[in-house]
Amino acid sequence: MKIQEINIPGKLTRKESVLRHSFLEQVDTIPGGEKIKSCIQCGTCSGSCPLSYAMDVMPRELIALFRAGDIESILRSRTIWICASCYTCQTRCPSSIKVTDIIYALKRIAMERRIYAKKFPVHSLSDSFIKSIYRFGRLNEPRLMILYFMRTGILKAFSFIPLGLKMMRKGRLELRVSKVKGIDGLRKIMKKAEKLDIPFEKEKLPFMPEAVGYKSVS
Amino acid sequence: MNYNYYPGCSLQSAHKGYDKSCRAVFNSLGCDLIEIEDWNCCGATIYMSINEVTALAVASRNLALAEKTKRDLVTPCSSCFTILNKANRFIQNSIEVRDKVNSCLAEGGLNYNGTVRVRHPLDVLINDVGIEIIRLQIKIPLEELKIANYYGCQIVRPEKGFDDREDPTTMENLFEAAGASNVYFPYKLRCCGGMLMTTFEEAALKLSKEILECAIENGADCIVTTCPLCQMNLEAYQNEIHNKYKTKVGIPILFFTQVLGAALGLSNEELGIDSNFYRCKKLVEIKNKKSYTAQTVHSVI
Ligand code: SF4
Ligand code: SF4
Repeated sequence: MKIQEINIPGKLTRKESVLRHSFLEQVDTIPGGEKIKSCIQCGTCSGSCPLSYAMDVMPRELIALFRAGDIESILRSRTIWICASCYTCQTRCPSSIKVTDIIYALKRIAMERRIYAKKFPVHSLSDSFIKSIYRFGRLNEPRLMILYFMRTGILKAFSFIPLGLKMMRKGRLELRVSKVKGIDGLRKIMKKAEKLDIPFEKEKLPFMPEAVGYKSVS
Repeated sequence: MNYNYYPGCSLQSAHKGYDKSCRAVFNSLGCDLIEIEDWNCCGATIYMSINEVTALAVASRNLALAEKTKRDLVTPCSSCFTILNKANRFIQNSIEVRDKVNSCLAEGGLNYNGTVRVRHPLDVLINDVGIEIIRLQIKIPLEELKIANYYGCQIVRPEKGFDDREDPTTMENLFEAAGASNVYFPYKLRCCGGMLMTTFEEAALKLSKEILECAIENGADCIVTTCPLCQMNLEAYQNEIHNKYKTKVGIPILFFTQVLGAALGLSNEELGIDSNFYRCKKLVEIKNKKSYTAQTVHSVI
């Protein structure tokens, strides 16, 4: 993977500084999130991860990149979308770092800023998911799949037909959605909640060269 | 004892067997599962990755509904369990988060104070009902049934819950009480790939293959699981796995409530066993053999 260029050691570009701000704010909301500073780079997380073989940035490297002040490289990596949130790394980390929750925070930033790894469709799945909930309040898996395939390429849908038929025979394919009765209330709740997560660009950030690397660890 | 019951979306469609068997098992042990009125989707793990406040608000609408009744909330789906638990913990830990969430809930005329306990059926069975009571209720001991207990990632992690995070043994104890034997199964917590089966199939097939292989090599008759997503990944993709890796497949994947229910003498119909893709031949054999003796014992009593 190509590491993004950082011009001056110890200083951050504006974009990076915005990302960093937004990331630290997200990490702040995780109970125990501040522990990210005490990573000892032992590699237990990478070694425990069942999916690290497919990642371009290992979980340990992810923390290292954050320290080095290169969050953009993390966001552009496939790693955050490959993570299956199995919590193995988080459970085993000797410094109690909330690795999985941190990856969630990174996913949120990537979604919000539309910085993605190339050709990785996880966010399409999430988008379809949200639509589904907003409409019915509950999720219908077959419908979700259909929405998802409509966005990512209908061809792949055909490979799911035999499975669909099998499920149907077993009475496990339910196309009817039971809509939540209080859907209006739920929608109001969701609308309000969306307003509370202010996207960061809207606030004016002064350009500030920030300390990164070991200085930031304090 | 009565509990609030939150089935979750996937138990309403692809995993009706889990829903049915869970209700039946609790019923036969004298507990009532009362479905939360008008619950909504918990947001699943995916929502957490998009917008945190929305995720928390969507999940806590259910908690707020449950709070009204002052009963513990029981949910069998691993994903719902983790999300509801996580949202609950966030809200309990921070007044700021609670206020934020409540200001959203107020729009829907609700309020949540953070008093609900979110629990897994396994936890309730072991800690509230008690293993000795269950042992007494066993009608068809599952002798000779060899089980690989698969917990999946999400019910004992990330925070310390009702069991150990590296080597949980709740299901082992439960099935030992039901007379079955548990095989050596080091992959009991290994990830099955989860949602990656849709977005990154290659990796998910590999992970699922390793779990199936481990169970088959250790001589299990079936894999018993607690998670709908794991059940789906392990069961529905066995053909793909065989085509890709040429490994031996064909092992039945059952929900723990289905196997426990069988030991409690419930019928296949009540447990929704017929909706599984693979029949557990050993379980059928045991049931056929034992049901006769069970009947005679009962008539004597
Ligand atoms: S296990 Fe924890 S301390 Fe070790 S490298 Fe990973 S995050 Fe850092
Ligand atoms: S939570 Fe993600 S990064 Fe951590 S071990 Fe699991 S798959 Fe790997």
